[in-house]
Amino acid sequence: MKKAFKLEGLNCANCAEKIEREIKALEGVNFASVNFMTSKMVIEGDDARFDDIIKAAQRIVTRYEPDVVVKKA
Amino acid sequence: MPIEPHQRRIAEIAIGLGLFLFAVLLEAENAARLLLFLAAYAVTGGDVILRAARNVSRGQIFDENFLMSVATVGAFCIGQYSEAVAVMLFYKIGMLFQDRAVEKSRKSIAELMNIRPDYANLKRGDVIDRVDTDEVNIGDVIVIKPGEKVPLDCVVVEGSSTLDSSPLTGESMPKDVREGDELLSGAINLNGLLVARVTKNASESTASKILDLVENAAAKKSRSENFITKFARFYTPAVVGGAAFIAVVPPLALEGAALGDWVYRALVFLVISCPCALVISIPLSFFGGLGAAARKGILVKGSNYLEALADAEVAVFDKTGTLTKGTFEVQEVVSKGIYNNEEILKFAACVESFSNHPVSLSIRRAYGKEIDAALISNVKEIPGQGVTATVDGRFVAAGNARLMQMLGITVEDPGEAATVVHVAVDGEYKGYIVIADVIKEDAAKAVSELKAQRVKRIVMLTGDAESVAESVAMSLGIDEAYGGLLPADKVQKVEDLMAGKSAKGKLIFVGDGINDAPVLARADVGIAMGGLGSDAAIEAADVVIMTDEPSKVPAAIKIAKRTLSIARQNIAIALGVKGAVLALGALGMASMWAAVFADVGVTLIAVLNAIRVLGSDL
Repeated sequence: MKKAFKLEGLNCANCAEKIEREIKALEGVNFASVNFMTSKMVIEGDDARFDDIIKAAQRIVTRYEPDVVVKKA
Repeated sequence: MPIEPHQRRIAEIAIGLGLFLFAVLLEAENAARLLLFLAAYAVTGGDVILRAARNVSRGQIFDENFLMSVATVGAFCIGQYSEAVAVMLFYKIGMLFQDRAVEKSRKSIAELMNIRPDYANLKRGDVIDRVDTDEVNIGDVIVIKPGEKVPLDCVVVEGSSTLDSSPLTGESMPKDVREGDELLSGAINLNGLLVARVTKNASESTASKILDLVENAAAKKSRSENFITKFARFYTPAVVGGAAFIAVVPPLALEGAALGDWVYRALVFLVISCPCALVISIPLSFFGGLGAAARKGILVKGSNYLEALADAEVAVFDKTGTLTKGTFEVQEVVSKGIYNNEEILKFAACVESFSNHPVSLSIRRAYGKEIDAALISNVKEIPGQGVTATVDGRFVAAGNARLMQMLGITVEDPGEAATVVHVAVDGEYKGYIVIADVIKEDAAKAVSELKAQRVKRIVMLTGDAESVAESVAMSLGIDEAYGGLLPADKVQKVEDLMAGKSAKGKLIFVGDGINDAPVLARADVGIAMGGLGSDAAIEAADVVIMTDEPSKVPAAIKIAKRTLSIARQNIAIALGVKGAVLALGALGMASMWAAVFADVGVTLIAVLNAIRVLGSDL
């Protein structure tokens, strides 16, 4: 499954890199990208664990950028 | 009226600045002055400290907030009150400018790609509702008013109008459309009211596909971007380590070294330790380049391809449909037997009646009459040679000299610099048809511009006869042309050319994307032309040119070169200034002011420089 999200208030390019790297390392994730310029996050992962992946990704985003709001793109 | 976040930031900076100036002007060294400095610091830097504390509590050290907090609190501790406040103040001012600059460039890129339709006017019976494009299904009828964007790919069922498709193609010439014409989403309806039937849903429509492609392009990173990402991971820990070393070792090891002095030098390090200038400006440069290219109707599928385009050394063009229009026309029919011209055309048209090859289409157009499909059987298409079939009980072959040779029929070379279709009936040679292609208006310009951009070898490949290849190449100024190639030969030729180029130089292949997928894949950069509406071409290529102008190839290389040069400038500026201030800081010759400039000032310069990629009219 593949889903896109909008990271509202993403102002730190370095954090975007770190978020991308950590989400990529999550189990069950096949592809992840955080595009600083478009403030867009795309995650592609196993269907069975997709909900858990999204939750984990949300936690990672909040840890690096507490003010960013994750929205459905 | 609610306070906007950036208004609040400006207010904080203004109040902080006022308090700071007041404190500086107070000449006495007393508690009141210290209190003023602390107040100024709290107003400007309070949120930075809070965020640092919050992030540290989540195990997130080495972030920008933390480093700035340590640097400024450290400055307070060694009695540098005014510098502590000033550094925080300038950091905040710099961040404000930087965020605004990033915001601005995000907006200008978004405007460049402003093709996403906002709504559709869905027509159900006599009722017209404005709905989200996601809610429209294939087969639904929509109404497109003048001034509106075409929301989904559709076919006109009623009305006529003029369409501006420049947001998709960069082509400014408006196009007339009427009943039965296909419309692509993202184009703008200029004057008439159109009623149309939807042929693709929102996610499959052209506008979404283009946007997806450009937005996802950033995921395929260039070497410079990968270098910066790796560099950033080691830079901060290294600089912070250096700061710790400077604060601790020299005061212990050197005689008479003042602790305060060395701590100050360490704090200078901390201020510069964020790699932001690089991390923001390099991807921004590339994204700007992708946006600028998209604006011209050139879709580049990744920053890595932009990088490769800038190093183009060999440009290989397919002829038909790329340098020539691919709209063939029958020029001449020559009979070599008992049949008249009309009959020869008829045989050829029958044999070719199941093929969509441009040559076949031109023969059918020239024949101009209905073909009775029931008369034709056993149609066999032989790639790169021609077609054979049984027509009304006779074995008919139509194709090039190689096909005739294979069938054991001797033909004379008519010596035409054009495509020749030989016709044989029941194994006997009956004559030939001369078909010529038309060279595109801007093909010669494309070749000369590529030469001006120091592309060393320009090569043309074609399945057509050697004589055709030579005459087209000659008129375009192409030095190398190879004719008579089968699809597999083209791959082989490209591999030979790949082997013959320098290690750093790149080979680009330009084709129409329809039957050259293997070659597109083999080249360093595969460019498909005329991609508008052709999913196959968009799939197969690394770069898709929406219009069918070969001159977009040198345009793409120009944008790529400009993007690369700006990205390199940014790397040089950022590394140069940071390196210099680090060195001076270690020697005790750089103040925290210089450090703030090296951090925020350089980021700002780099971001502004990156935006130039977009602004320039290439």
